[in-house]
Amino acid sequence: MSAATSAAYRNMEAMRAGLTRRKMMDQIFVIVGLIVMLSCLAILAVLFIDLVRDSAPRFTAHFFTTFASRNAEKAGILAAWVGTSLVMLVTAVCAVPVGVAAAIYLEEYAPKNWFTAVIEINVTNLAGVPSIVYGLLALGLFVYKFSLGQSIAAAGLTLALLILPIVIVATREAIRAVPKAIREAAYGLGATRWEVTKDHVLPYSTGGVLTGMILGLSRAIGETAPIITIGALSFIAFLPQSPFRSEFPFISFAWLKDPFTVMPIQMFNWVSRPDQAFQANAAAAGAILLAMTLLMNGIAIWIRYRFRKKINW
Amino acid sequence: MQATTESPANTAKAKPAQEIPLQNEAPGRGAHDSSRQQSATPRISIAIDDTRKVRTLNVKAAVDNLNFYYGQHRALKNLTIPIADRQVTALIGPSGCGKSTFLRCFNRMHDLQPDTRYEGSITLHPDNLNLVGPGVDPIEVRMRIGMVFQKPNPFPKSIFENVAYGLRLRGMRNRATLAEEVEKALRGAALWDEVKDRLPDSALALSGGQMQRLCIARALATTPEILLFDEPTSALDPIATAKIEELISTLRDQVTVLIVTHNMQQAARVSDYTAFMYLGELIEFDEAAKIFTNPGKKATEDYITGRYG
Repeated sequence: MSAATSAAYRNMEAMRAGLTRRKMMDQIFVIVGLIVMLSCLAILAVLFIDLVRDSAPRFTAHFFTTFASRNAEKAGILAAWVGTSLVMLVTAVCAVPVGVAAAIYLEEYAPKNWFTAVIEINVTNLAGVPSIVYGLLALGLFVYKFSLGQSIAAAGLTLALLILPIVIVATREAIRAVPKAIREAAYGLGATRWEVTKDHVLPYSTGGVLTGMILGLSRAIGETAPIITIGALSFIAFLPQSPFRSEFPFISFAWLKDPFTVMPIQMFNWVSRPDQAFQANAAAAGAILLAMTLLMNGIAIWIRYRFRKKINW
Repeated sequence: MQATTESPANTAKAKPAQEIPLQNEAPGRGAHDSSRQQSATPRISIAIDDTRKVRTLNVKAAVDNLNFYYGQHRALKNLTIPIADRQVTALIGPSGCGKSTFLRCFNRMHDLQPDTRYEGSITLHPDNLNLVGPGVDPIEVRMRIGMVFQKPNPFPKSIFENVAYGLRLRGMRNRATLAEEVEKALRGAALWDEVKDRLPDSALALSGGQMQRLCIARALATTPEILLFDEPTSALDPIATAKIEELISTLRDQVTVLIVTHNMQQAARVSDYTAFMYLGELIEFDEAAKIFTNPGKKATEDYITGRYG
């Protein structure tokens, strides 16, 4: 046996030993990752199951169709879920067009200079501003300055401000994912910047934009602090005016100025009652809110999946 | 290495000689497109090297002393090349020599990047439009000059919509006319028979070679005056490459083609004229047959025979 082959043989031994060790590290990482992920899921599951168990007696149609009451058994969340839905509607209608337009401007149009860099940093920072600060801003600006009062419009605008950075960041990421080659193809055919944006960039990034919108809304739906700050009522026994009218023009925006309550506030109100029976109501409202959030996130994942399947660069 | 650029125009002045018409003036060539047969198309005489006679060619675009800058960096240096009408002109040279940069001047793609600057001129005939002139709208330029890119880049839309997009941009709305033009373009790109039954299907379902021919059809649909190819086959297998090359040879009859390629055989096969570039300068420009059999410059010969690059 020559020296060369024996050397190669010894190296093989060392290599195999090293490989076993490296593969073991691989396995360890998989196990650690699984443990971390499963414990997160377990915490969420325990929370959810606990809520549902506490609130089981309240899950009836009655709970969704009645107003709050002094009697825990008779109390429902009608005003809260209607209020939440309307506020979310206002939030989406205000935040999405503005957020998407801002993102398009920043990605497609804005020149890259110090000014846009400052704007970019600030947009990212805004996402981290405590929500109570938005509440204070809204109290001064929407409630008093614009005289919107403690209305659905004021709450919707406040939450729109809150999720604007989320929408902008998500949209920018979606836009950036559209390959440069696609833009060049469109420009090469003689398209203007707006044509490239409206015919290509926006349609191809719709999945990402919708995902960002839903993630923003699912954050807004649970926000309590800014809504309390602008003075939402915590006990309310009437609905906002209907947006639909029987006579022309059949649609009305009077509800925008109506007082309201939302799910988290209703829940907060019940939790702070001394009567133990209200704890079940709070748990039920919490479970429903959690389910709404999970549902919205589920929809976001589904949309993203569908668009990924359709457009595969 | 020594990279002296001789301006063909200067050489022409220095060496007046008898003019020999080129083959593209033979009757029948491009006769089906009579609108392009304008008397305004200038013919310039160029003497491409010292030993041969001066030749005359119909010029579609005249590049004159073109310089291009990325910020402070001068990427193209005093390029002067005539682009022959309805002929294939190939640009060869090692990576980073400025071939693609040069190609992208023709449809002003550089305008999409900030801090770029053109100097000199590319005069498009017959109307003498300076493509890189400061007052010229890049979108107008791109509406007259088509481009096919290195990687097939169809839009994630249907096959039909891909080809129709350029026409829609030009305001064509009539469904029947659109269908007619789309078919014409797909036939022109030798793709019609393969896709005629699935025009509404996604373009992303096509093979790489089909996608690239779709991109060619997309460009052809807008009847460009010059069609730019930026290494169109570098992402394709040999069979798809052969089809594209064949297609380029047939396109020569209807459109002026400018092609960048890394593949020497490809340049030799498809081009009528070849320009060899190095470090942003034009080293040699001549008929392809001459460049590939008997190059005038040592640098060209070294590159073609694979000694560097």
